[in-house]
Amino acid sequence: MAIDFKHEQSAHCENGVASNLLHFYGIKLSEPMIFGIGSGLFFSHMPFVKVNNIPVTSFRPLPGVIFRRAARRLGFSVKRKKFRSPDKGMAALDGLLQKDIPVGMLVGVYHLSYFPAPYRFHFNAHNLVVFGKENGNYKISDPVMDDYASLTEAELKKVRFAKGLFAPKGHMYWADKIPTNPDFKKAIIKGIHHTAKDMLGIPVPMFGVKGIRFMAKKVRNYPTKLGKRKASQFLGQIVRAQEEIGTGGAGFRFMYAAFLQEAAEILELDWLNDTAEEMTQIGDLWRSFAVATARIVKDRSQVEDAYNQAADILLVIADREEQVYKDLKKIKK
Amino acid sequence: MKKQEVPQDDANMLEGKFTEPCYAVDEEGKYIKVGSVGWEPKNVIMQQAWDAVHERVEEIREQVEANELSPIAYYMEKQLMDLSVLSGYTGFFRWTVKRHLKMKNFIKLNDKKLEKYADAFEISIETLKKKELL
Repeated sequence: MAIDFKHEQSAHCENGVASNLLHFYGIKLSEPMIFGIGSGLFFSHMPFVKVNNIPVTSFRPLPGVIFRRAARRLGFSVKRKKFRSPDKGMAALDGLLQKDIPVGMLVGVYHLSYFPAPYRFHFNAHNLVVFGKENGNYKISDPVMDDYASLTEAELKKVRFAKGLFAPKGHMYWADKIPTNPDFKKAIIKGIHHTAKDMLGIPVPMFGVKGIRFMAKKVRNYPTKLGKRKASQFLGQIVRAQEEIGTGGAGFRFMYAAFLQEAAEILELDWLNDTAEEMTQIGDLWRSFAVATARIVKDRSQVEDAYNQAADILLVIADREEQVYKDLKKIKK
Repeated sequence: MKKQEVPQDDANMLEGKFTEPCYAVDEEGKYIKVGSVGWEPKNVIMQQAWDAVHERVEEIREQVEANELSPIAYYMEKQLMDLSVLSGYTGFFRWTVKRHLKMKNFIKLNDKKLEKYADAFEISIETLKKKELL
């Protein structure tokens, strides 16, 4: 059995799954549209929360949030289920597939056999869609792949019940009530407002535009406070969070700009195209920050000055992003 | 980023399995998706993270060979696990796993317990018993 499920590759797994699932139900929205409506753009830098003794920087809200918001704003209802017993989890999946329902799920990346080795670590919030089962193999639409994939029953079970931080526990989700005519305009405006509010209004220095400035200050102090080796590891981790699969700093700015372009057309607001252009330039600045960082990591000479330069780029980014969100906030309800 | 600026710096990080879609603007300033095989700064940063892993694995190998740490410590590090991940896969408490990382406790483990570790690492129990470091 297999459902006629159209797979389109995407830059980010959660948007991709949402976009592909919604498309299956007749609502064609691009990945950037899901990203914008679900308010996927975010920033936080938390020096007190550490993974492998390195502070956590994140360019996105918590896993699952983008899809949940997008679905709510478009009028979908989404059912979710987790399991204690792997066998029951697999049986429940088979039950849904028998009813021709494509199923989204959270999985661990480490044991995904089709993933390239350098990307396989114990990250447990990767999203994919299972849309069929043939001769004991499951048909998989993994949004990062350019084509369909497949997993054996044992392989799928293993990744669904991966262990560690955010263990997915067989977490699966599927669309339940499907809207006939969602109000895109309203959903887009809600999404934009939410992003502007998140990036400007959280009264804690670690989040949003303030968080970028906060991080700039920390980066400036890295070499004197941490020593060369640790400083370059801390800085490297920021760019890893920025550029690796499932996160995305610069990439997210470009995706958001793509969203603003589409939104300009739907809302018939020409000035959003200018905002998109500004966002593109901000994305390029994030990329310059990555270039500066890579230079430091590669060759650890003239350290202090280089860290200052990287921090300066962050401050320019913070100023320009602040203006963008202030403009976006003014969009009429 | 313009579409012709989408980086194609291949360091085989993706092993030819797919290309990563990037959003970039075309000649008219409209956004399109362009596949990328890699980007130099990103390759450098990823290599840095992997170098740190390999360095730690080598340090632990030496400690296992000196009979301080157990092969469990080696395979845990090699497979990028931490105490909570390994505790999840084996069903042992974290503090139990922590005990088993020491060689003097490891050599007292029975087959049933070793089997759980071997399963978690997807290696044979003989490999563990012989303290082979693959």
